[in-house]
Amino acid sequence: MPMDVMTGNSAQAYGAKLARAEVVAAYPITPQTTVVEKLADLVASGEMKAQFIKVESEHSAMAACIAASATGARAYTATAAHGLALMHEMLIWAAGSRLPIVMGNINRAMAPPWSVWADYQDSIAERDTGWMQFYCQSSQEVLDTVIQAYKVAENHDVLIPAMVMEDAFYLSHTFEPVDVPPQKDVDDFLPPYDPPVKLDVDNPVGLCALVPPDHYMEFRFKIAKAMEDSRKVIQEVDEEWEKKFGRSHGGLVERYRMEDADAAIIAAGTMSSTARVAIDNMRDKGKKVGLARLRVFRPFPYEEIRQIAKEVDSIGVLDRSYTFGHGGAFYTETAGALYQAPERPHVKNYVIGIGGRDIPPKDIEGILEKVLTKEDGGEVEWFGLRTSGSREVN
Amino acid sequence: MAKSVEDLPYIPLMSESSAVNKTGVWRVIKPIVDQEECNQCYICWKFCPDVAIHIDEEGSILIDYDHCKGCGICEAVCPKKCIEMVKEE
Amino acid sequence: MIQIRFHGRGGQGSVVASNILAAAAFLEEKWVQSFPFFGVERRGAPVTAYTKIDDKPIWDRSEITDPDYVIVLDASLVAVVDVTNGLKENGMVLLNSESKPEDIELGDSFRIATVDATEVAVAHGLGSKSAPIVNSSILGAFSKASGEVDIKSIEASILKMAPAKHKENAAAALEAYEKVQF
Repeated sequence: MPMDVMTGNSAQAYGAKLARAEVVAAYPITPQTTVVEKLADLVASGEMKAQFIKVESEHSAMAACIAASATGARAYTATAAHGLALMHEMLIWAAGSRLPIVMGNINRAMAPPWSVWADYQDSIAERDTGWMQFYCQSSQEVLDTVIQAYKVAENHDVLIPAMVMEDAFYLSHTFEPVDVPPQKDVDDFLPPYDPPVKLDVDNPVGLCALVPPDHYMEFRFKIAKAMEDSRKVIQEVDEEWEKKFGRSHGGLVERYRMEDADAAIIAAGTMSSTARVAIDNMRDKGKKVGLARLRVFRPFPYEEIRQIAKEVDSIGVLDRSYTFGHGGAFYTETAGALYQAPERPHVKNYVIGIGGRDIPPKDIEGILEKVLTKEDGGEVEWFGLRTSGSREVN
Repeated sequence: MAKSVEDLPYIPLMSESSAVNKTGVWRVIKPIVDQEECNQCYICWKFCPDVAIHIDEEGSILIDYDHCKGCGICEAVCPKKCIEMVKEE
Repeated sequence: MIQIRFHGRGGQGSVVASNILAAAAFLEEKWVQSFPFFGVERRGAPVTAYTKIDDKPIWDRSEITDPDYVIVLDASLVAVVDVTNGLKENGMVLLNSESKPEDIELGDSFRIATVDATEVAVAHGLGSKSAPIVNSSILGAFSKASGEVDIKSIEASILKMAPAKHKENAAAALEAYEKVQF
């Protein structure tokens, strides 16, 4: 099966199939449902050799993946929004147990108000669980990243689970060309999972023991260190992918037209795909603007962000979620990373596309104009908010 | 002895079964079985929360004092009243 | 880039039509993108879907606001939805209607095409008169009226992707291709 047209959700399912996931446990939720439907079809037809476990909730789905992964099986699940929130406790168990589970999360707004559209609050709220977070901008990247994520997660220097994000509808239900690599090539790239420790009746061990205060800190440090070490592995795996399959997704941060740029925006997901059009339009007018796409949010690519700070005078950070109390998470993390940087450009936060509001190129051009002029008057603007008052939160 | 990051495995592992943890030292009262009165109904064996009651080859009740914490449940459930909790010496 | 906006009612197959059209253009080695504006879709409720076709990769993932073509799967929607909103001057509206193009009143700045896709669909056993599944017929009509995608590509994509009645859907597309007026 070479190039075909498919949705982001089909690409997610084919990613899991090509990675030879051995256990799939999932519970359906809009807009993730078609990922599970596709996988169920693939397993039922015998095209995919896996145990498909129907569960009664997302909490149970993750519990089943944890158990499967602990026995050394490659485990996969997918969810969205409230499903991810319901998994919260189990996400921390998966990361603390150092199990390389890969999960698709279709970024959807949290209710109320009730919404099924794109928004990052669901995954941003799981920032601190110890999972790696990849945000995709195309269906191709979704398929490739599911496979890459297993390779990163299963690396013995990492052993941390990973979420592969897709924007609700803008990717999940968007039909577009995707190159589906041959199984043999994927097998060469991704060998079977080789767990350092696994549950085995012939060699019994107990996992996740009670650890008193004189050791808990040391175990948490190990997770911190593994997350730190994952940066290099993520970069190397993407480079290896490019060598084998001829396309890179930019490692942790993908740069677009950053050469000689005066101003840059930092964005993630499908809005960064659309932003390329806005940047091309601005460049055509002689305006030196570029894009730094956050492909990975956990671990946070602070070195790459500090490098961008050396190159430009002004940065606009676009957030498709808001951390009530202070700014969007991409912004606060960027600003936090820049405090330790030798150069600190002008930085402002633009909250945009909340709850799936469409982001046309002209909106991003509007933000780029503001970033170029280092428009002052507040730290956080809700761009496109319909109001007779201020769009600045602070 | 507390270990350092370098000496610890990547996850907390229990390579030994909990049998090595001799919880018998936690006990302040101990069950004594009157084997003459006992009719081997095994209700105490079933109820013991620590699996510290065994059945020997002859079918008699055998208390595993290495692990019995002295909770007294066996005494409470025994229909023949032939288990008595006595103070540890 | 060619931008096509579909207006239909839940159950008529507008979203599937947008995907089949994208797949047909893909067969002609174009870059494509199609997606629904996902509302609370229920049978009969107005539905919007988009297809973009280009010679180069399509990075813009925003909704279509200035289409080159508007395809209306149910003529009664014209009274409920502003179907020509943003339609480019001299752009085309293809309507599922019994009327002739000259009898459709949608202003002078657009080209109008019509086909009785309901009649074609029902004749091929696709849905019922009250709930006809007109998506394959309308795509056949679009191929001829627009000249953007060859009918052979439409037929091949229908045979591959139609959820059921592949041959009937393909035959309906071919018949509507012959019957469309513009």
